[in-house]
Amino acid sequence: MAKILMKGNEAIAAAAIKGGCRYFFGYPITPQNEIPEYMARELQKVGGCFVQAESELAAINMVYGAAGSGARVMTSSSSPGIALKQEGISYIAGAELPCVIVNISRGGPGLGGIQPSQGDYFQNTRGGGHGDYRTLVYAPATLQESVDLVMEAFEVADYYRNPVIISGDGMIGQMMEPVEFKEIPKRELPPKDWATDGTKGKRKPNIINSLYLDPEQLEKHNWRLKEKYDRMVQNEVRYEMYNLEQAEIVIVAYGTTSRVVKNVISILSKEGIRVGLLRPITLWPYPEKAFDEIPETIKALLSVEMSTGQMIDDIKIAANGRWPVYFYGRSGGMVPTPDAIIEKVKEILRGQR
Amino acid sequence: MIERIVCAGFGGQGVMSMGQLLTYAGMIEGKHVTWLPSYGPEMRGGTANCHVILSEEPVASPIIHEATCVVAMNLPSLVKFENMLQKDGLLLINSSLVNQKPSREDVKAYYIPANEIAKELGNEKAANMIILGAFIELTKIVAFDSILSALRKVFGPTKEHLIPLNQEALEKGAAVVREQ
Repeated sequence: MAKILMKGNEAIAAAAIKGGCRYFFGYPITPQNEIPEYMARELQKVGGCFVQAESELAAINMVYGAAGSGARVMTSSSSPGIALKQEGISYIAGAELPCVIVNISRGGPGLGGIQPSQGDYFQNTRGGGHGDYRTLVYAPATLQESVDLVMEAFEVADYYRNPVIISGDGMIGQMMEPVEFKEIPKRELPPKDWATDGTKGKRKPNIINSLYLDPEQLEKHNWRLKEKYDRMVQNEVRYEMYNLEQAEIVIVAYGTTSRVVKNVISILSKEGIRVGLLRPITLWPYPEKAFDEIPETIKALLSVEMSTGQMIDDIKIAANGRWPVYFYGRSGGMVPTPDAIIEKVKEILRGQR
Repeated sequence: MIERIVCAGFGGQGVMSMGQLLTYAGMIEGKHVTWLPSYGPEMRGGTANCHVILSEEPVASPIIHEATCVVAMNLPSLVKFENMLQKDGLLLINSSLVNQKPSREDVKAYYIPANEIAKELGNEKAANMIILGAFIELTKIVAFDSILSALRKVFGPTKEHLIPLNQEALEKGAAVVREQ
């Protein structure tokens, strides 16, 4: 199929429909409004349904219901809207239902601003909901990767019966880039015999619930969830290693900032300074094993983020004391400039050499 | 080859669509392209700009920090963006609305009375296409035909009648800078 030029939000919505999504429930918020706009226009053409809910809380609970009936379903929002959905996400994870949640994040805390930010790293990877649950988090850096990961997210969500989060930001949502809708690898999926799609008088009703009043039963349930999350850690980690050979510093960055870092790498290589990039594609499970591939030439790690440093903890856990970890970030909707990152790299090298 | 173009003006001048057409044309020619709009609580008459990158290599960041070309459709855009231009960069000024010179002397400035030419053609909204024609004439970054193909895709069959006007606007813009 030929490449087409699309806006990020539209590409994500189109990919969802190609990935089998037939139901979308959402509530408007900048900078992701083109997603519901596209869904409102296109879902009915494929026999699906779009509902603009009265609130984010309503939208996520509609997702809960549709997922419970076995449908492929998605919601999207931006930072404060995702915060409002957290209760529902915890319930969906507890009830073990598949769904895809897109977060085109903006600056916070509070109402914050509308420019791109990565200040939702904690929210996406740790979750604002309660209890022992996890969500798989994909952080695409290009629109092609967004399209591929959104399509795959529905397979992965069904495979694990768990919510999958797509973590983008205002830049990914608003920019245009050519995309191609390719076939994605299909997983072997068991039938959704748990779905509440009508007994037709032939079986006992299925019940979807996250309530376990007996602590022994709830503990058993939670350990079973844990075992599932461990399988995700084992099998679903994704990352990109770029330009690490002979490098002195590895910059760890994801999504939008990883693209700025690639500019930095190319500028510095002209000056004879070799810098590599470790780009987590899954923010959870975090690509800890990628750190074992870091070559001996590396003297330090540098985290570059559009936040005041939310990924540093994960980097330090993965680094396990093997390298010093430095940080450079901008916040509130500001994007780091190549010049500022270059200055930080040089400052670290002056100290390390 | 890499071109980093900042198109700026006020909302309604067609700076976003000018950038999109260029991006589309680049894609048609097999180049790596990105288009990044400014977005915010803006409306018609407010400021608008987009960053367009066309490259033979994959584009890393779509954000432009040093531009090879700045299109200033109005005075605030000239003031705001001329300092983003690299040395010897291309500065295309809509002289219908900008009556002052740039403060930079190390750039190649062209003055194009885009609104007046467009008005002569019968539609002032085509001012953006005049400037786009000038840009393509100066850089040869994409073929005029690719812009027209992009236009056809964007307009669709219902607006086919607008193609001749736009084609003429592109040609007039090219002619103006050939003479400068």
